[in-house]
Amino acid sequence: MADSQSTSQSAAESDTVIDVRDVHYSIDGRPIFAGLDILVRRGLITAVMGPSGTGKTTLLRLITGQIDADRGRVSVFGREVADMGRAEIYATRRRMGMLFQNGALLTDLDVFENVAFPVREHANLPEPLVQKLVLTKLEAVGLRGAAQLMPAELSGGMARRVALARAIVMDPEVLIYDEPFVGLDPISLGVIMRLIKEMNDVLGITSVVVSHDVHEIATIADYSYLLSEGRVVDSGSPAELAASDSATVRQFMTGSAEGPVPFHYPAADYATELLGAERG
Amino acid sequence: MSNGSREGALEGVRKTGVTALFFGRLLAACVPALARPRLIVAQIFNAGARSLIIIMLSGLFTGMVLGLQGYDLLHRFGATSALGTAAALSLLKELGPVLTALLFAGRAGTALTSEIGLMRATDQLTAMEVMAVDPLSYVAAPRFLGGLIAMPLLTGVFIVIGLFGAQLVGVQMMGVDHGIFWSQMQSAIALKDVTEGIVKSLVFGAVLSLIAVNEGYHAEPTAAGVGRATTRTVVASSVMTLLLDYVLTAAFL
Amino acid sequence: MRANRSLEIGTGLFVLLGLAALLFLTTQLPSSGLKFGFGKVPAYQVTAQFGNIGQLKVGAPIRMAGVRIGDVTKIGFNTDSDRAEVWLSIYKKFNQIPVDSFASIDTEGLLGGQYVSISPGGLETYLKDGSQIQETQSALVLENLINKFFANYSSKSGSVGQGGSKEPKK
Repeated sequence: MADSQSTSQSAAESDTVIDVRDVHYSIDGRPIFAGLDILVRRGLITAVMGPSGTGKTTLLRLITGQIDADRGRVSVFGREVADMGRAEIYATRRRMGMLFQNGALLTDLDVFENVAFPVREHANLPEPLVQKLVLTKLEAVGLRGAAQLMPAELSGGMARRVALARAIVMDPEVLIYDEPFVGLDPISLGVIMRLIKEMNDVLGITSVVVSHDVHEIATIADYSYLLSEGRVVDSGSPAELAASDSATVRQFMTGSAEGPVPFHYPAADYATELLGAERG
Repeated sequence: MSNGSREGALEGVRKTGVTALFFGRLLAACVPALARPRLIVAQIFNAGARSLIIIMLSGLFTGMVLGLQGYDLLHRFGATSALGTAAALSLLKELGPVLTALLFAGRAGTALTSEIGLMRATDQLTAMEVMAVDPLSYVAAPRFLGGLIAMPLLTGVFIVIGLFGAQLVGVQMMGVDHGIFWSQMQSAIALKDVTEGIVKSLVFGAVLSLIAVNEGYHAEPTAAGVGRATTRTVVASSVMTLLLDYVLTAAFL
Repeated sequence: MRANRSLEIGTGLFVLLGLAALLFLTTQLPSSGLKFGFGKVPAYQVTAQFGNIGQLKVGAPIRMAGVRIGDVTKIGFNTDSDRAEVWLSIYKKFNQIPVDSFASIDTEGLLGGQYVSISPGGLETYLKDGSQIQETQSALVLENLINKFFANYSSKSGSVGQGGSKEPKK
């Protein structure tokens, strides 16, 4: 939309859209991040990978300004998120689009109204224009014919596509995908991957994909970060990561059960516990 | 031991503060919410019109029981002509507002809590925040206003139908004179009694809607969490209704 | 926005119903003059004057031989005669009430509400719309009755001012 042009002049000079610098964050004393450094460059698809529970969702909440880091800096479009007042955070969010894991469509609105939601809330456009805008975006994700359906009637893959249409309806500069590949059948998987690629190639939208699907990431990402235990273990292009000699990276990339992340949950000595059970 | 209970007390104070702050933000969010009358209308329907049948049925039977019990009691003193007065005063000042509030908590309160809780669990509220739409003014405030407006209306219906029920039993069944039933009632009731009932219903409406919205908004984002939040709504609503009823009754006397 | 119209209509109906209930409660309940008959029974108006109407209220029934024959529709004060004036609405089918009938204000039970009781007279001319009942008896006021009783009793037993002792001498 027009209003983002002027403010993004200074950001356009800089190549960096999102800058996470030495971020520390804990919940209830439990550390999630202990010195996280992530750089998201304009126009690229940047992936953030890691085992379940490494706080990938927390990272997204830090970027969108929903929470503040305990230490360190999070900058978006050149401005530090912690410095922003409520109005500025909202203005920044309007330049970003986010795709949630389960779509997060509003259950009492139909597909059309769901996609139209951001437009109706933030822009005062005449109804025919809204119609055209929404239908165009639905066409881009291949669901223009489903405009009258309710979210409950959609399959998982379709819901995610509608959510994608909603995320791009305001022409954001950044798109954040939270686990977009989880639970999809091969066809829907291929469709989503194609759409992510298209958004990036055709519309030039900077993309951040949070996922643990190594193979899918390898296909579409330009640059990847691998997180473990609250910090970045390794980063690079998919090819570089595949060739990494770090044990942690290798275990993750190849998906083997043995490695730095143990198979066995910490327990007492096996023999002792087994024998003890017989005697007891 | 004392340290633990002190911490518990502190936690209780903190939680009260959190709820009070939430209430403040919710009230503030009512202002932009008023710019979306469609949403408020939908919520009045949700909280009010959907509860109408249960309110009318309950009102009818409550009134009928009042008629029966009232007649039985007054009959022993030869004072059955006071039946209309007794029924009207009980309904207006106590049974109307309190029973309507309890029924409201059970039907509309739980619906509010589970709706909002479900939206929380499926990330809809977060999605709204990320889309730079304040979920307080889009989701929470209209539901609060809907409940607040619906309560006095429901209470009015309950009382009127209750009176009709009392008359049904007292006049039609037990033979109290129709004219005496109503004329005695009218002369005994002052406008103050009616306003007492309306004020009570407004206070109950505000508090119960706040509780329902608060529990839903802060529910744990799981199916079990939403269920627990719904239970908390009913319990808290019931206790607060009875507590406030005492306070308001004392204030009016 | 699906089912918008029906939702709005439903809400509108609910709000109107609720407001009507509240309106009824605030205006009809406390005030006098409630017309709560389902369907008006045809009736004619008759007046009667009383020295004291006691607790009689508008809407109270009119009974003759225990049968309900109408309602009290209005209570006022007649400045010419300095007495209370009561308008009685008697159902048209009871049109054979003699003009010399006797109207009194009785009480239902001991603590009950008061009503107008009509005892028929003997003449052949009957009451019609606009007639006035001449023979009336005011309501019995309980306090006056008690005072009379004690005044009577104390004069009988001869102990002035003792008030209420059963045995004159012990």
